[in-house]
Amino acid sequence: MKETDVRQGTLALMVLKTLDVLGPLHGYGIARRIEQISGDLLTVNQGTLYPVLLKLEQEGSITSEWGASENNRKARFYNLTRQGRKQLQAEARSWEQTAAIIERFFAAKVEDLK
Amino acid sequence: MKALRRFFRRLTSWTTSARDEEILRTEIDDHIARQTADNLRAGMTAIEARRQALLKFGNVEATKEIYRDQRRLPFMETLLRDMRHAVRRLRRTPAFTAAVLLTLALGIGANTAIFGVIDSILLRPLAYPDAEALVGIWHTAPAAPRGISSSSPSMYFTYREENRTFQQFGLWNSGGAGVTGVAEPELVRALFVTHGVLDALDVKPLLGRWFSAADDTPGSPETVILTYGYWQRQFGGDRSILGRAMTINASPRTVIGVMPEAFRFQRDPELILPARFDRNTVNLGTFAYQGIARLKSGVTITQANADLGRMLEIWMRSWPPPPGFDSAAFRNARYGPRIQPLKQDVVGDVGTALWVVMGTLGLVLLIACANVANLFLVRSEARRQELAIRAALGAGWRRITQEMLVECMTLGVLGGALGVGLAYAALRILVANGPDTLPRLNEIRVDPSVLAFALGLSLLSGALFGLIPVFKYARARVGATLGGASRTIGPSREHHRARNTLVAVQVALALVLLVGSGLMIRTFQQLRSVRPGFTDPATIQYVHSSIPVAIAKESARVMRMWEEMRDKLAALPGVTSVGFASQAPLESILGFRNMQFLYAEDKPLQAGQVPRGPEHRFIAPGFFRTIGTRLIVGRDFTWTEVYEQRHVAIVSENLAREWWNDPRAALGKRVRERPTAAWREVVGVVENVYDYGMHVKAPEFAYLPALMDRVTRVGVFAIRSDRAGTEGLLKEVQQTIWSVNGRQPLFFVNTLETLYDRSMAQTSFTLVILAIAGGMALLIGIVGIYGVIAYVVSQRTREIGIRIALGAQSAGLLRVFVRQGLLLAGAGVALGLAAAAGLTQLMSSLLFGVTAVDPLTYAVVSALLLVVSVLASYLPARRAMVIEPVHALRGE
Repeated sequence: MKETDVRQGTLALMVLKTLDVLGPLHGYGIARRIEQISGDLLTVNQGTLYPVLLKLEQEGSITSEWGASENNRKARFYNLTRQGRKQLQAEARSWEQTAAIIERFFAAKVEDLK
Repeated sequence: MKALRRFFRRLTSWTTSARDEEILRTEIDDHIARQTADNLRAGMTAIEARRQALLKFGNVEATKEIYRDQRRLPFMETLLRDMRHAVRRLRRTPAFTAAVLLTLALGIGANTAIFGVIDSILLRPLAYPDAEALVGIWHTAPAAPRGISSSSPSMYFTYREENRTFQQFGLWNSGGAGVTGVAEPELVRALFVTHGVLDALDVKPLLGRWFSAADDTPGSPETVILTYGYWQRQFGGDRSILGRAMTINASPRTVIGVMPEAFRFQRDPELILPARFDRNTVNLGTFAYQGIARLKSGVTITQANADLGRMLEIWMRSWPPPPGFDSAAFRNARYGPRIQPLKQDVVGDVGTALWVVMGTLGLVLLIACANVANLFLVRSEARRQELAIRAALGAGWRRITQEMLVECMTLGVLGGALGVGLAYAALRILVANGPDTLPRLNEIRVDPSVLAFALGLSLLSGALFGLIPVFKYARARVGATLGGASRTIGPSREHHRARNTLVAVQVALALVLLVGSGLMIRTFQQLRSVRPGFTDPATIQYVHSSIPVAIAKESARVMRMWEEMRDKLAALPGVTSVGFASQAPLESILGFRNMQFLYAEDKPLQAGQVPRGPEHRFIAPGFFRTIGTRLIVGRDFTWTEVYEQRHVAIVSENLAREWWNDPRAALGKRVRERPTAAWREVVGVVENVYDYGMHVKAPEFAYLPALMDRVTRVGVFAIRSDRAGTEGLLKEVQQTIWSVNGRQPLFFVNTLETLYDRSMAQTSFTLVILAIAGGMALLIGIVGIYGVIAYVVSQRTREIGIRIALGAQSAGLLRVFVRQGLLLAGAGVALGLAAAAGLTQLMSSLLFGVTAVDPLTYAVVSALLLVVSVLASYLPARRAMVIEPVHALRGE
């Protein structure tokens, strides 16, 4: 797996989770949210978010529509579909499993590995 | 699933691209505006706020780029663009494009056509439901000609009753049936079948029914089934035909069915008649029928063979030998089972020739591809600078490769499309005029598998001739080419190597094809030089007729009528002489054989020994003289001998040698055709007649007088005349025969030459194809050598100019170039000789009187190629000699 694939995958998962928690949101909102939650740990160019959104939409995990936001700006709002929700659940589960395994592995002492 | 959905979204989204672009821009603008606003709220200055927003977003253009790539399928887009470019570039060089397209169209078209033939004849299942389960029933019999034997009526009863593996089973044979009272009297092709044959084929009749067991039983009403073509031709497709009576072979029969249009059978029958065997009179003998069966589902041919072997034991025990025979003779014939797919029965041995032709045309296509690759190399040479500049500007190796390949594939597909058109036309012509020796001819057509083959072939050829220039030039070294050095120093030796290799390969392949056609020419010569047992076949006209019982009952009366007709025919203007016989030379290849036993008085059979089985012919005096068959010793029959039914016989030379070692010793010896018949004195020995075709050993013959205890009711006149084959002669012959014989049908009207040519049809067909292929290969090979030398000369113009200026002799310079061409050809010839020695083994079954490694053919072909190569390199080399040194130098 190429590095970009990993980053895109992670980013996609974050987008799904964000939309799951906050409901319909525009691109900038999603970017802000991810930035806040990850505490600037994930220093990505915000621009890279858009190809990810496109991919998710092509895959049918999210839909988009144009709407007016606060102060009457026209913006494109992204929304989670049922399939996207299922995907999020599945990926969250597999992420947890992976995390648990990695955690246990790092917690292991030298003698455990012998 | 997700990936698939995404793929289709991307595939279908290139139409809306301008609007999508707009949306993306709006969205990005919105994003940056929001960030700027937030930054302002955080207290930045207006300029700083926007700068930070842009920084945070990252490279806008790069984002758009990624976004675009993701939205659509960039590969497809470039592909389409490359194709457009390719077409545009090809249109700019019409001569080049036309040359390539024509070469490819011929190569691909020829291969597609022959694949269509092979597909229709060899690959596709027969036109019956579930045709894989259909088998032909044969027997191995070491003593029989070709080692295989057909079936006898007694086998019909045994196999029907005892088999465990057949779902349906029956016997059939084919022949003529005289139909009178419908239109002009005519002899039509009839198929005689027992109950079970049509059931096995499982083609339901269009009208009426199949034969039942009752139709087979002697004494029941006589019936007939029409095929679709005959029904249309003679009855105009009248649907009330069932139950109507027809007069066939002078007796009435009731029409009980009509077969559908799609029904096909061997020898293309017009009428189907029941074959009737009387259980009470059949014996082990009369192997005149072919067996056909539908195997029970799941039964293999091996299992069926085991079953047949078991039944042969039962058969041998169950039936008496023919009168006068010893049943030990049948045991010693060692009959064994030999079941084969019905397709093999139908297709016969035409497979080898077709595969050889396919291989041949495949080689031609290879040569064509090599040539096109060479043309592309020259073109790429011209584009080297351009490619190098593009590489320097950052075009990736893959990008350039793709572009070049797309251009070649486009050419390949265009050429292939033209080729399919050619193939379609060629097949139409073949079906309309094809030799009727080709089985399943009317089933030949272009179907999806043929089209798929053509497409595959086109892409493959495109890739084949595309990859060579790609490997040469796509990785062009930027520095070396851009340095401008190429203008003064010629192209590197490495570039020549690719072109030289291609030319050598072309020469090698051309040699293989020329050797193949050379071998076929030699075979044809050998066949032509066989003394066939007759002379000047172009001036011999065969006409068959018959005298049914209804017209003349007594044997002597029938014979008088034949003689009267013969005398009247001989009196026709332009007719030199006329002979009469039961069957004339080479009619065997139409499927008529009459092999019977013959016994010699002084060669008593050992117990269980199988008697000799020569071909029997019943002839009238003068037949040999008309045909041109030489009498070696003794004399012809006389009319007195015929009418007095004297016991005389004439035998062929090979039979006489086999029995008595010397034709002269045969005179006065006594033979008979049945163990119960009277002994006949041998009064003459005639030369061998190659009755089965020139490439087959001449069969042994026994000639007996045309009037014996029975008379020859169906016979052939052989008319020697310069007008043979003309409409006028045939009209007169018909009038003459009808003046004696009522209105009996004339049939099997052929000149002997037609049959003679037909006996060599396979050889001449293969010869013509190979000669065309060889000619094309030679031509392309010459063009290849010419091209290389001409190119080298043009590249070295400057060098030549300097040399001439320094005093080089033009003869010496000529030698340099000619030697180079000769070297190429020599390498190709060496390669080709090795390849030919291997590949021609595959066609050894098509050869006659010459081996696959015939030294003469190899030597002549090699010499021809070398001479032609010298010529092909001399012509362009001569151009170099007239170069003015000053011009060459200034040309820089």
